[in-house]
Amino acid sequence: MSSDEDEGWVPFSRRPGWSDVVPIPQDDGPNPVVPIAYRDEFRETMDYFRAVYFANERSYRSLQLTSEAIKINPGNYTVWHFRRLIIDSLNVDLWEELEYVDEIASSNSKNYQIWHHRRWLAEKLGTGSANKELEFTKKILALDAKNYHAWSHRQWVLQAFGGWEDELDYCCQLLDDDIFNNSAWNQRYFVITRSPLLGGLQGTRESEGRYAVEAILKNPENESPWRYLRGLYKGDPDLLVGASLVSEVCLKVLQTSHNCIFALCLLLDLLSHGLQPCTELRTAVQRLSSEMELPDASLPGTVCSILERMDPMRSNYWAWRRSNLPCQAS
Amino acid sequence: MEAGELEAEKHVRFILAVEKVLSSLERSRPLFLRLLLLPLSNQPSVDSQRKDDFEALAMEHLRMNGAYWGLTTLYLLHRLDAVDLDEVVSWVLECQHESGGFAGNIGHDPHILYTLSAVQVLALLDKLDVLDADKVSNYVARLQNEDGSFSGDEWGEIDTRFSYCAICCLSILHHLDKINVEKAVNYIVSCKNLDGGFGCTPGAESHAGQIFCCIGALAITGSLNHVDKDLLGWWLCERQVKSGGLNGRPEKLPDVCYSWWVLSSLIIIDRVHWIDKNKLARFILDCQDKENGGISDRPDDAVDVFHTYFGVAGLSLLEYPGIKAIDPAYALPVDTVNKIFFGRLIVRTWRS
Repeated sequence: MSSDEDEGWVPFSRRPGWSDVVPIPQDDGPNPVVPIAYRDEFRETMDYFRAVYFANERSYRSLQLTSEAIKINPGNYTVWHFRRLIIDSLNVDLWEELEYVDEIASSNSKNYQIWHHRRWLAEKLGTGSANKELEFTKKILALDAKNYHAWSHRQWVLQAFGGWEDELDYCCQLLDDDIFNNSAWNQRYFVITRSPLLGGLQGTRESEGRYAVEAILKNPENESPWRYLRGLYKGDPDLLVGASLVSEVCLKVLQTSHNCIFALCLLLDLLSHGLQPCTELRTAVQRLSSEMELPDASLPGTVCSILERMDPMRSNYWAWRRSNLPCQAS
Repeated sequence: MEAGELEAEKHVRFILAVEKVLSSLERSRPLFLRLLLLPLSNQPSVDSQRKDDFEALAMEHLRMNGAYWGLTTLYLLHRLDAVDLDEVVSWVLECQHESGGFAGNIGHDPHILYTLSAVQVLALLDKLDVLDADKVSNYVARLQNEDGSFSGDEWGEIDTRFSYCAICCLSILHHLDKINVEKAVNYIVSCKNLDGGFGCTPGAESHAGQIFCCIGALAITGSLNHVDKDLLGWWLCERQVKSGGLNGRPEKLPDVCYSWWVLSSLIIIDRVHWIDKNKLARFILDCQDKENGGISDRPDDAVDVFHTYFGVAGLSLLEYPGIKAIDPAYALPVDTVNKIFFGRLIVRTWRS
């Protein structure tokens, strides 16, 4: 490749295959500021790009030129658009194009255009590309397990082509690596609610509840599994209040951890929805309350006071929760 | 919050300087140039220009966004007078295509992202009358899909960001009737998650940037009844970290841009008092380059126009003294929004 960094960049004006093209500079206005010396490579590449783009020249040399322009600025969406037109016109091998995206993606994994291009290719290739796409997103997620684009591409592949069989295991693996990874928790919820193989929330609630509880007990300050646990009982507060494992995990965390903001918050939800607390729960809350020398109040009111004290940045939120307690609970 | 800690004049100079570098790199017409009015010592040095070169180059294709960020910031800081308005308007119009859509710069393809920015810029300058509103609206309306979602352009990428762009743009142009609003709202609602937040597509993780888009679009269409305000409000206020800054997802680093995404959403759903506003203002002020102007993502990082806009807009939402008020849903000054919908400037006496 003539643009290979090792060999040094050859200006288009000195390349034999480009002698017939007149480069088109960016529109020059009435107030030109003296151009400062800067990346000639960028300027010349874009001048030649404009030439082939405006001439609508869908040729192999144009394809090669878009590769160079993308290398310089992968965010330039017009270059990508033109590249797709060329690919369509020349019937370029789409698998080869996938390889090309593989090459540039790892260093530009947060670029919208690359992912959109990838999706366009996968859509054209159909189900046959499923495994490759799942592997590709895995590779990107190995570099950054929270890459938003990679996750949304992966979700699209699963829904469009399938491949759900190993997805829950994959979530486990990522959560083993980093239990705080909210993206992986989100994917887990995506799998249990949308996979055709698992029986939905009803079929997974028990085992997933145990999984979330285990994660909570390891790191009670981790926001994600607490929300996940709540999500398992989405839209059904009675079921949440009736689930013994939910009130038990609150109790365990209150008894053993200093990081109990999320436990108190969930307990507050349970109490607001009519949970009749056991003696141990009352004792655990009262212990915290007396440590903080808080005045006597109802159990939910005390929980709010503790939270206000423990989490001063959000004290207005907790004060609002107190003011919003059901009559019999406050 | 005390006035005087915001280096407003330096931020204005920073924005003007970036635009100057960009236009000279492109050999195109400078848009904001009144730089010569400034004392020489305040002009960027050649060295600092070189440093900005690459960033400016990478911004070439999204210059329309840059114009929106820069001009809105100047407006909020009472310095739109530093801009050659006619020059901006004619440049914006040159970015328009036959389809009615706008590109990120002259010679680029149209996209809904830049179409919204173009309409916002013209609204900001009170020049919407130069537009054929019908033509622009038809372009936007054609991007709606059967399920109510919106594509970004003819290539079909779908994202709730584009739902916001379409709805905000059509509302400014008084043409929401050109789309199926009910379907558009239903698609956004289908992207709601267990934490009350929203993602880019159904099932995608909640992200403060996407939440702003969804909440903004629902607010504009009068559909906030679909939002679990208390649940979402709690998730949003959990985004505030010890330093006072806001992150966009759990366990991520705080970033000044979320001062906009999170804060505007909290204001729209009327839960902004759930965070510590003083600590947030402190965090934004700590991200200023107090010498050369500009605001960065986190303290001591390099500044850019994007974060300068979000920092100033965030401070505006926090009612920082000396900054004009910005509307949390339209992301335009309140004065501008009032002009669009009431046809005149309403003096808000309750804000100094």
